[in-house]
Amino acid sequence: MATTELASPKGAPPGHALGEVIFRYACLGAATFLLAALGGVVVSLFIGGLPAFREFGFGFLTSTTWNPVNEVYGAAGPIVGTLITSFLSLLVALPLALGVSVFLVEFCPPRLSRPIAIAVELLAGIPSIVYGMWGLFVLAPWFAKHVQMPIAMDFAPDSLVGKIFSGTPNGANIFTASLILAIMILPYMAAVFRELFLTVPPQVREAAYGLGCTPFEVIKAVVIPYVRRGMIGVIMLGLGRALGETMAVTFIIGNSHGFPHSLFDSGSTIASTVANEFAEATSDMHTSALIALGFLLFVITFIVLAVARLLLREAKV
Amino acid sequence: MFKTFVAAIGGLAIASTAAAADISGAGATFPAPVYAKWAEAYKAQTGVGLNYQAIGSGGGIKQIKAKTVDFGASDKPLKPDELAAAGLYQFPTVVGGVVPVMNLPGVAPGQIKLSGALLGDIFLGKVTKWNAPEIAALNKGVPLPNLPITVVHRSDGSGTSFLFTSYLAMKNAEWGSKVGASDSVQWPTGLGGKGNDGVSAFVKQTAGAIGYVEYAYAKQNHSTFASMQNKAGKFVQPTAAAFGAAAASAPWLKSPGNYILLLDQPSASAWPITGATFILMYRNQENPANGAQVLKFFEWGYNKGDALAASLDYVPLPANVKGLLKKQWAKSITAGGKPVYVAK
Repeated sequence: MATTELASPKGAPPGHALGEVIFRYACLGAATFLLAALGGVVVSLFIGGLPAFREFGFGFLTSTTWNPVNEVYGAAGPIVGTLITSFLSLLVALPLALGVSVFLVEFCPPRLSRPIAIAVELLAGIPSIVYGMWGLFVLAPWFAKHVQMPIAMDFAPDSLVGKIFSGTPNGANIFTASLILAIMILPYMAAVFRELFLTVPPQVREAAYGLGCTPFEVIKAVVIPYVRRGMIGVIMLGLGRALGETMAVTFIIGNSHGFPHSLFDSGSTIASTVANEFAEATSDMHTSALIALGFLLFVITFIVLAVARLLLREAKV
Repeated sequence: MFKTFVAAIGGLAIASTAAAADISGAGATFPAPVYAKWAEAYKAQTGVGLNYQAIGSGGGIKQIKAKTVDFGASDKPLKPDELAAAGLYQFPTVVGGVVPVMNLPGVAPGQIKLSGALLGDIFLGKVTKWNAPEIAALNKGVPLPNLPITVVHRSDGSGTSFLFTSYLAMKNAEWGSKVGASDSVQWPTGLGGKGNDGVSAFVKQTAGAIGYVEYAYAKQNHSTFASMQNKAGKFVQPTAAAFGAAAASAPWLKSPGNYILLLDQPSASAWPITGATFILMYRNQENPANGAQVLKFFEWGYNKGDALAASLDYVPLPANVKGLLKKQWAKSITAGGKPVYVAK
């Protein structure tokens, strides 16, 4: 049994046994505390959201109505908005992060590589509200003027391009929110990719060069396969951050409930909805619906991490 | 469960400042700058500080109901039955208003005239162009551009939205039945900006946009505001005097529980979208000394805080209203049947 094992640690010199026991229990305590906190959050979110789940049932997941006046709530708009912005941001950030890290590891002169790496890590530390304000005051107007206006002028509203990119030209939409998210997860992903690439033993890489591989072939055939499992983990963590990011998105997504109808339409995410409405939610059902949203975000994040685990397991075989 | 959660957070906040016999309050963000300024001056004079957490009106109501603060603050008055059920009393402190702001090239502030019904149709998405006949009818001689109207509203729940939607529901029957009035509503059209600055930024960045912000914010940012038609049929501009006129002509004596929205008041110079912000306290004070401190603080605010409030572009209550409210306190806030504080 575990407890007897804890009580008589193997290999401890006489006289040190007590210290070892305390050490083990302290570690066990830390692990239990973490699990208990996690469980507590899940349970309290679920209990808080229960009135909303009971009232609206499965319709809470499929309805786009979000009407605090009549107390009718449906989470489909924010759920879809969350998934679209997160995956879109990943789509933008992944190639860029790969480019940055490969450059740092393979091509960058050693003298420059360290300052650039530090700069990338610094970028990861910028608070999200700063990205939000930059998005609102710099990116959105620029985007409206130089991207949305030309598209709106040059394409008919009912053409395919017009449909995909239709929207009020003010830069507050799903796409700019995804761009901001991409910029936010990019430095983090690039920094960890770089660390991963550095774990590839130099002998392996040099052997590949010795066989006459080009740098592209070395990256493609040697480096990336070597660290593939780690990379999937990083991608999933980046996605996890994008899913839960709140402030920056709230500033720039346009905050309209319901499905976005085009790439340049405004929308909302789970986190932005909660951030917007929680402080002023006075009725119990409104509060409950917001807590239920929090629970759903938790479930979505959990599913993403579980899929990551599955992918890792497959990669191992 | 939620109450204990709020109580725990409130408890933490209080524990950190419990050293002096400070007053504690929480709630609306709109009056927070005034309360902070009053508190600073009040502390210099009396040594009693105020710990006010601007967590939003909803949070303020929850905190006072959980009894973690001496007073709650809300931009939205509670209905008399809700007050009675919770054993609470409410009184207004300062007045503010909501101002429609626009981005129309070539149009000066106050040049565009709007009525409540028309504003409702615009926010319903029924009037979609600036040169629509409905707008042109009220604005003869104004160069109205052929621009689509982009509606911008608050994305966060807010007392500003409550006032604005209450006004639209009052003046536009379709708005009342389709959308209604609340801190956050299901907006029929447009996009949402976070806070006054978010709305203001989107309006500034989009030609043809119309949004609404607090008066103080519109004034300090020199926004292009609209003139509004009031109940007397006059078109007025948002000024401190127009808000004061609305507050002065409101039926304070006939409003049980001080439940009063200063919307669409009869005075010819009243700005139609005016509202007060409120303080919530228990009628029966468990700790009379704290209750007395709160009342003393707001008495000081009433008596000496007008200039400070005005310097931040908030509008003080009219003097007769303040006198009336101070008299109410002795009857309304008691401990063991005795008034906790009698204002002079």
